[in-house]
Amino acid sequence: MTTPEPLGVTPSQTVGPYLHIGLTWEGGHLVVPPDTPGAVRIAGTLYDGAGAAVPDGLVETWQADPDGRFDHSDDPRGACAQWAERGFTGFARASTVAGGSFEIVTVKPGRLPSGDGGMQAPHLDVSVFARGMLDRTVTRIYFPDEVEANAADPVLSAVDPQRRHTLVAAAEPDGTLRFDIHLQGEHETVFFAL
Amino acid sequence: MSELILPRYPLVTGVHPPMDFPGYRSTALRHPTQPLQVLPQRLTEVTGPLLGDTRVGPTDHDLTVQHDVEPLGQRIIVQGRVLDTAGSPLPHTLVEIWQANASGRYRHTGDSWPAPLDPGFTGVGRTMTDPQGRYEFVTVKPGAYPWKNHDNAWRPAHIHFSLFGRAFTQRLVTQMYFPDDPLFGQDPIFNAVREPRARERMIARFDLSATRPEWALAFDFDIVLRGPEASVFEEEDDDDDA
Repeated sequence: MTTPEPLGVTPSQTVGPYLHIGLTWEGGHLVVPPDTPGAVRIAGTLYDGAGAAVPDGLVETWQADPDGRFDHSDDPRGACAQWAERGFTGFARASTVAGGSFEIVTVKPGRLPSGDGGMQAPHLDVSVFARGMLDRTVTRIYFPDEVEANAADPVLSAVDPQRRHTLVAAAEPDGTLRFDIHLQGEHETVFFAL
Repeated sequence: MSELILPRYPLVTGVHPPMDFPGYRSTALRHPTQPLQVLPQRLTEVTGPLLGDTRVGPTDHDLTVQHDVEPLGQRIIVQGRVLDTAGSPLPHTLVEIWQANASGRYRHTGDSWPAPLDPGFTGVGRTMTDPQGRYEFVTVKPGAYPWKNHDNAWRPAHIHFSLFGRAFTQRLVTQMYFPDDPLFGQDPIFNAVREPRARERMIARFDLSATRPEWALAFDFDIVLRGPEASVFEEEDDDDDA
């Protein structure tokens, strides 16, 4: 049997300046209902290479539940809907607004297996979209109170130690986790090829 | 379990536009300059949000019935399939669109070029693919509009599409264009896709057989997302939740 020629992927294009009419929805920034025990706010600002805030951007996050599981059939451990039943979606989308700021409300995901015997630290996968970006950029958010798990995380450990901090959110006195995203410049966030 | 057998989505090369494309001026300050770090595909990457019908209202797929008055412009049907590179349909996946009205104006506070807004048109649509991966929208053909990227710059008519597939790796935002648009040659966003055959995949095909007589023209637009490599493992008989 011959394998048929694979189809060509449809190319990416920019979301353009008017993304907010199409890609936002009520409560989109909520991974969990805000009154969920343990809910945490992750807030930040999206910056361009001149240090200017980007008001026409979108940040999307995807993560495991607090048990490190996914309600998804491609998780070989089996789909787990226990947290979904409590309103956990794993997904958030937050527009950047005037001032370039965004925020999501979530619960910290659990540690999860890396697939080769090791463990990954709790993390969120992040897609960043904006006018002027012809494709999304991908990054990750790690948690500042997971020092040991972060040190053992295979993805974070592979990042240049000088730049590793760009992937770890910073705890603020009110409990908010700050995660600024710098598309370029001195503080450029680590972005991933996926 | 220490070893996990996960789907693998091969890297796509030579298709997507570069993040740094001087012809599109806004890319200058918005592209990463440091080398990208390779993100191995693990559980978080091979899963993704399976956003269900709760996000889709009954008239969300028909942009011509969302107001008390009908929108002005050429009524069109945009239909197609969402597939992966193996040609497998992606059923029950969210498709989102947004677009300018027939005059080329977006219902967005940031769009201030002097073309009229249309009280009959918001320009936002959502739908789920059916079990065969098919979707359909009814809308009006968007107009071209000027932008200030270069002297006398005009965007070809287009509809923005957003897709999730079933894995974080598959997330795609693109634009659908219309056949034979004379504005293609001067548009840096369209031409940022360097491979001509890849560019063609962003252009819908006029489909006479799908037009509705006395009602609407029709365009076909299939969208292909990254696919998982065929698994080399046999399905296990006792794996009954596969």
